Amino acid sequence: MTTIADFIPPIIVAQVAFWLMVVITIAGAVLAVTLPNILHNILGLALSMLGLTGIYLFLGSQFVAMMQLLIYVGAICITYIFAIMLSPPLELEIPKKPAVKVVTAFLVSVITFAGMVFMIFNLKTAPLANISRDWSVKTLGQQFFTKYFLVFELISLLLAIAIIGAIMIAGLGQKRD
Amino acid sequence: MEQLHTYLMLGAFMFCLGIFGLLQQSSLIGMLIATELILNGAALNFMAFNMFLSKDPVTGQAFTLFIMGVAAAEAAIALSIIITVYRKFRAIKPESVSELKG
Repeated sequence: MTTIADFIPPIIVAQVAFWLMVVITIAGAVLAVTLPNILHNILGLALSMLGLTGIYLFLGSQFVAMMQLLIYVGAICITYIFAIMLSPPLELEIPKKPAVKVVTAFLVSVITFAGMVFMIFNLKTAPLANISRDWSVKTLGQQFFTKYFLVFELISLLLAIAIIGAIMIAGLGQKRD
Repeated sequence: MEQLHTYLMLGAFMFCLGIFGLLQQSSLIGMLIATELILNGAALNFMAFNMFLSKDPVTGQAFTLFIMGVAAAEAAIALSIIITVYRKFRAIKPESVSELKG
């Protein structure tokens, strides 16, 4: 049986896949901020999150990658799309962006990026000798229910309060209309 | 590919693209989308540092998962606020929402 590994070495395949994921992430992020239509922006965000899922797989954490796919692509982007399609704001004409605002925003972000690149390349790190690479779901679960138990519970409380609050805000506004 | 710098650069790029989107967008939902990009850039940094420099393998992953939880809560609250603002002002431009009432 011939496989793809007979023609191309696996390390090349992995590198091509990694850079493909980087390109998908960057392309999705650029689409998410530049397109004029809000619906297209959300689809760009979903594409970017999909690429980031691949990056997390390369970083070796299957659980976080799956959560990224489920929560961002599956839940948050779909919630945005539903909220826009079910409510009138999309029918409004899309407001024009003043050119001064775009140029200022571009300058600010470029300066921030330059500062960050400067910091990244001045980063001096000593590689650790014995890094534990035990990233299994079992370890993660054990740590979550021992070391991070309080934070875990607080996050679930925050989510419950946020959902109740969202219903209250949207529902109260409707009653007052 | 197996380098810390690649991931840090990708995270910084997403963060700055998020700042750009947040400043230039002229609709509230677009600003919310840009905020998600900023959060994801930060989360990618946590994962990269955890992979390359951390003795404890769980810390960065736990941080990323908590960021996802907070982002979900933020999306729910912000969307309901935007819908309420639209009902009140009939607009989703941030400039036109300029008065508060007790």
